[in-house]
Amino acid sequence: MSDLVTDNLNMVFKLPDGSSVHALKDVTFTLKKGELLSVLGPSGCGKTTLLNIVAGFLHPTGGSIKLGGSIIEKPGVDRGMVFQQGALFEWLTVADNVNFGLRMKNADKKDTKQKVEEWLSIVGLQGFGETPTYQLSGGMQQRVALARCLINDPDLILMDEPLGALDALTREKMQSLVLKIWKETGKTIMIITHSVEEALLLGERLFVMAPRPGRLHKQYRLPFAEMGLDGDPREIKNGEKFIHTREEILTMIWNMEEEIMGKVEVA
Amino acid sequence: MIVAILYIALVIVLAWSIMHGRKVIRTERTDAVFGNPIRTQGGYHWVACGVSSLLLVWFTFSWDAGRAFFPNAANELCQVAKLNRAINPIRSAFPLDNRHLLGTRILSRDLHQIELLSEELSKLDLPDADRENLSALIDDVREALVLQASSEYMASGISERFQDIAIRIEQLALDLQNDEFPGPVDEAQMAEALAQPGWGESSTEIPVLPQTERGRIFDAAAEIMAGITKDYSETRNDGPELVKRIEEIRQRIGELEAAATQETYKDILGDIEKISKRVDDFRVFPTQVTKGVEASLVLLEKAMQDRQGALRFIDTWALPGGDILAGNNACSEQGSGRWLPKPSDTLATFIWMADPAQGYKGFPLFWYKMKPVSEMVDFIVPDSIADLIPREYGDHDEQGNINYGFKDRIYSFATGDFDSFAVPVPTGHIWDSILRVLAGLFLGILLGVPLGLFMGLSRFAKGYFDPLVELYRPIPPLAWAPLILTIFGIQDDGKIFLLFMVAFAIMVISARTGATGTQLSKIHAAHSLGASNRQIIQQVILPNSLPEILTGIRISIGVCWGTLVAAEMLAGTTGIGFVENVARKQSDYEIIWMTIIVMGILGLLFDLIMRFVIEKTIPWRGKG
Repeated sequence: MSDLVTDNLNMVFKLPDGSSVHALKDVTFTLKKGELLSVLGPSGCGKTTLLNIVAGFLHPTGGSIKLGGSIIEKPGVDRGMVFQQGALFEWLTVADNVNFGLRMKNADKKDTKQKVEEWLSIVGLQGFGETPTYQLSGGMQQRVALARCLINDPDLILMDEPLGALDALTREKMQSLVLKIWKETGKTIMIITHSVEEALLLGERLFVMAPRPGRLHKQYRLPFAEMGLDGDPREIKNGEKFIHTREEILTMIWNMEEEIMGKVEVA
Repeated sequence: MIVAILYIALVIVLAWSIMHGRKVIRTERTDAVFGNPIRTQGGYHWVACGVSSLLLVWFTFSWDAGRAFFPNAANELCQVAKLNRAINPIRSAFPLDNRHLLGTRILSRDLHQIELLSEELSKLDLPDADRENLSALIDDVREALVLQASSEYMASGISERFQDIAIRIEQLALDLQNDEFPGPVDEAQMAEALAQPGWGESSTEIPVLPQTERGRIFDAAAEIMAGITKDYSETRNDGPELVKRIEEIRQRIGELEAAATQETYKDILGDIEKISKRVDDFRVFPTQVTKGVEASLVLLEKAMQDRQGALRFIDTWALPGGDILAGNNACSEQGSGRWLPKPSDTLATFIWMADPAQGYKGFPLFWYKMKPVSEMVDFIVPDSIADLIPREYGDHDEQGNINYGFKDRIYSFATGDFDSFAVPVPTGHIWDSILRVLAGLFLGILLGVPLGLFMGLSRFAKGYFDPLVELYRPIPPLAWAPLILTIFGIQDDGKIFLLFMVAFAIMVISARTGATGTQLSKIHAAHSLGASNRQIIQQVILPNSLPEILTGIRISIGVCWGTLVAAEMLAGTTGIGFVENVARKQSDYEIIWMTIIVMGILGLLFDLIMRFVIEKTIPWRGKG
């Protein structure tokens, strides 16, 4: 079982002036295979730090993190990443972006080509293989980024505010796409987001994090992702339970932000 | 003929481009700020407008157009210049160009100086007797000076002489208006005149003998005028009273000088003598006597202007920015016609020099030569390679036979001592310059880009190499030139190293900027897609830095080209800068101009190539 298991994760950044920042404190959770997790929180609560640790870009200063039983030490192909701006290689075509991972390990060319076409059609970009990346719109770029990440067949997909830079309409379409991929591939997905609505809709599980030091504040198990697989996302968003939860979380985050501002004033 | 057609075509292109441009402007969108939102795009019609106006200025101010439309103008203006040259000595004595008469100028200067002397004397500490002597002398000199202006003591015959001169000048003015002047054409003279090399065909530039009717008039007038001028200049106002007084003054100066002991006294005496000697020229006349000559000169000039007719118009508009001047036995262009060579002449010079048999200083401009491959092998393969091979070199035996072995054959190969086919190799001044730039640039890219990327990726490298690069980069490359040329020699090595230094610094900085500017998320993405460090550098950082690197190459080419030409001017025996340097020493404006244009066009060509390469290789630039 390739579960993601963290145990008392701590991350302390030392600053050049000798002081230190406690970015993550005692974060403990288990993410089972096939679960869809969204992480929400005010800025500075350590969301991105957590993601970077899971990705292997950072080493925690305390505690342990394991994926499928082995400790995460460095970035690997078992964890795919999708960034806010896509982070596509704009000097390559769509196909060359998507097959980047396979090219890096010198995979069979014929096989690669077939896989690229397969994934392009899954993300809805059939026939765009030879298009230069810089000619794509923001939503299409994110689709390429998704395909590029998924073609490596990772156990865990990490998304760092993947839809933050998109307009509302494209965003809704992309949310459906993420749900569709989750359902069809059964991948474990961890999404970091600023948007409460998105976190609710895309979170089978939802962590709300609190700042200073960054920690897990509250955990939810939500039905909306399951509902979104078949139902109309807009209807779900208008549901009474959805609105109730949304308001609850918004108030929570609002209070956290106020607390920070208050602290700043005292200091 | 070709120039004339080209000139008219250029005028038409200019007019068309302006009209077309105005028409396009009317259809363009306008915006509140700076009008057109696509203002940065330019347009081919404005390119045509710019090029044609530039060429028109060149054709006009180099007098190439003037020569094409009025091939006789220079010869005729040469004759006018001859007349002007003949008139000038008289003319300069009158307030026509100057504000005062020559006599007035001389008298005022001398009187002023004698006044200064008198003041100086009053300040000096001298015995009373000496002071009185000197002051009396000064008074006498002053009186003699004043005497020149008086008609009472004027030399005899001067008024008659001036009257005669005035009449002769007036007669010349009348002659100029007379259609008969200067009489029938002398066939032999005309044939000789027509046989002269044309305008710009020889080193004397302008044919000096008159070739046209109008030219003959001014040539003949110039000859007459020269005689009048001679008589005028020989006229001296040496009246007997003045001569006597000067004699006296001089005698007294001599006596006082013999008796003088004090240095200051001697100095003053010397100054007085200097002023008194000026009277010797006898060039100051009473004002009234010369009035007639002045009036006749005005008449003559009026007649000259009338007789020139359209020629004056041509002089002003077809040959702008300068004049044609006459010398002792030649006429020459002065002003822009001289230092701005004519396009057609420049092109002719270029074609003449482009002939590989001709070249410049025994070296072709732009050609190739066949070079045996063995020479290149000799250059590339080090001779010591033969020493590394085991066994011994051959030796001789008892019978005196020399036995060469395998090792000897390798040595012959390394030294290029074998028969081989030849391949064409570019050679010539222009090729040499281009190859030097490319070699320097190539080495700069080869070493600069990796170091720049390294500096962009490592704090150590950034810190360690930064002082090195940043310290030598701001120094103008030419400041290095003397040192580099001393160390590496004035041939290609030194210049290529100099260019390498220039290109290296620029490439390091641009590659570093490119590497630094790579978004962390792209590196992360590549990393999590399974790329190794090496693959990230090759597949992500290098292509991501390409826009900066290519811009760096574009800048390097420009700077290298400028540095190379300057370095070639300092030292060397080939190259486009060398050509210009030699031409400069010989004041050969056509070749100087030709080299300037060749450099400009090559620079433009390099830049166009780079623009094309940039557009083709990094179309994503600014869109990522």
